[in-house]
Amino acid sequence: MYAVRLWSVRHARGLNAFYRAFESILKRLHGLFRLLGYERIERPVAAVERLVKGALFDCRMCGQCVLSSTGMSCPMNCPKNLRNGPCGGVRDDGTCEVKPDMRCVWVEAYHGSERIPGGVAAMTEVQLAIDQRLAGRSSWLRVAREVHPASLADDAPPRKIGAP
Amino acid sequence: MRFEDEPVPGYPLPILPGHTSPGRFERVLRAGGFAVTTELAPPDSADPEEVYQRARVFDGYVDAINATDGSGANCHMSSIAVCALLTRVGYAPIMQISCRDKNRIAIQGDILGGAAMGVCNLLCLTGDGVQAGDHPQAKPVFDLDCVSLLDIARTLRDDHHFQSGRRITFAPRVFLGAAENPSALPHAWRAQRLAKKVAAGAQFIQTQYCYDLPLLTAFMEQVEVLGLLDKVFILAGVGPLRSAKTAEWTRKNVPGVHVPDALIARLAGAKDQAREGRNICVELIQAIRAIRGISGVHIMAYRQEESVAEIVERSGILAGRSPWYPGRDEAPIASKRNAS
Repeated sequence: MYAVRLWSVRHARGLNAFYRAFESILKRLHGLFRLLGYERIERPVAAVERLVKGALFDCRMCGQCVLSSTGMSCPMNCPKNLRNGPCGGVRDDGTCEVKPDMRCVWVEAYHGSERIPGGVAAMTEVQLAIDQRLAGRSSWLRVAREVHPASLADDAPPRKIGAP
Repeated sequence: MRFEDEPVPGYPLPILPGHTSPGRFERVLRAGGFAVTTELAPPDSADPEEVYQRARVFDGYVDAINATDGSGANCHMSSIAVCALLTRVGYAPIMQISCRDKNRIAIQGDILGGAAMGVCNLLCLTGDGVQAGDHPQAKPVFDLDCVSLLDIARTLRDDHHFQSGRRITFAPRVFLGAAENPSALPHAWRAQRLAKKVAAGAQFIQTQYCYDLPLLTAFMEQVEVLGLLDKVFILAGVGPLRSAKTAEWTRKNVPGVHVPDALIARLAGAKDQAREGRNICVELIQAIRAIRGISGVHIMAYRQEESVAEIVERSGILAGRSPWYPGRDEAPIASKRNAS
């Protein structure tokens, strides 16, 4: 929901801190996930992730979450799917060139990043081309898997991304 | 033997140390020249002569010509085809690549194909949304964004492989560019975004129209603070406003173009508004030239392409230099200048 999405950006600092804690738990659960079988739990975990992040961020389940580097404003809500910053078409009132009723996702991201310690610096990291095969898959499980890159198997090589 | 009517071929130049392309545009910038580029509006036509007519009006006044790629999301002759026609007779085109209409398979193919046909310069763009153009019912692709596109183009050139990792046998020798808009929000982050493009491979930048000098100056100061001035050549975007009415329309309807009220008032008060628009453009170019770190101007004169020669001439930015054009070295320059 749009209003919740804006709320999340306003509370980027708290959400980011919460995610950092959650992330460290995820990483420690790698052994358990592997025991259960990553592929077996993929669908239920992805469903929960879609529900939670969908409500908070209007998450599009790209499978390569970068919310920590974008001030908790999901870049996949940008009509051009920009993952490296705003285009040149941002209107003078901060709204989107394509959807004039929506605040530019990246203007929001900039405000959100300012609230996260080191957030603006994180936003300057280059995000490489997205892997479209990962759409719909869980970023949470991916974070756990990246602890041991060998378990990524056929997926794209791990990248430097943070993933709420 | 050489036939009298033989076209001048666009032979590649030897690549100098520290250069990445065999093109004249990179040569001009690295030699410290104040470069002039412009934009060719591709025709809605399959007639090559229309492309040459549109290029000829710039002869002797520009170092490189941008071939737009469906600009404004409107359908025209393709950028790569315009470039292929231009390189046939020796022009130095800048091939614009937008992420809107093609995925990474098509784009990488075009980069190889363009370079094979003599294209030495690429401008990597995100592209306007389809809603802005004449085919709003089309599917927007946006498989890449301009930064990931730069990264992929640089990988092709420097690491000799596709994004997939598959090797290529001969790398495209290209000079890589990107766009930036110093007038768009968030102002405080625009220079950092430029840093990101430089990190991904941008060697030159052509900006959106800069009518607001304080914004451009503030932007350039930030660029300098970030230590980017010796890593990238920045060409400021300028263009003549035809009238107060078009200026008003542009700022309202073309997202990202910022025209200060004072300029519109000045246009409205002028007897000959089109002439005043050109005067403003000449003054802007002269003021921009004095800004530290600006290496040239990119003159976008949509539907006023014939005014580019006058603007360049009056602003004195070429400082006596005559950029190459087909036939330059056969006809004395003085007579051409007098004729225009």
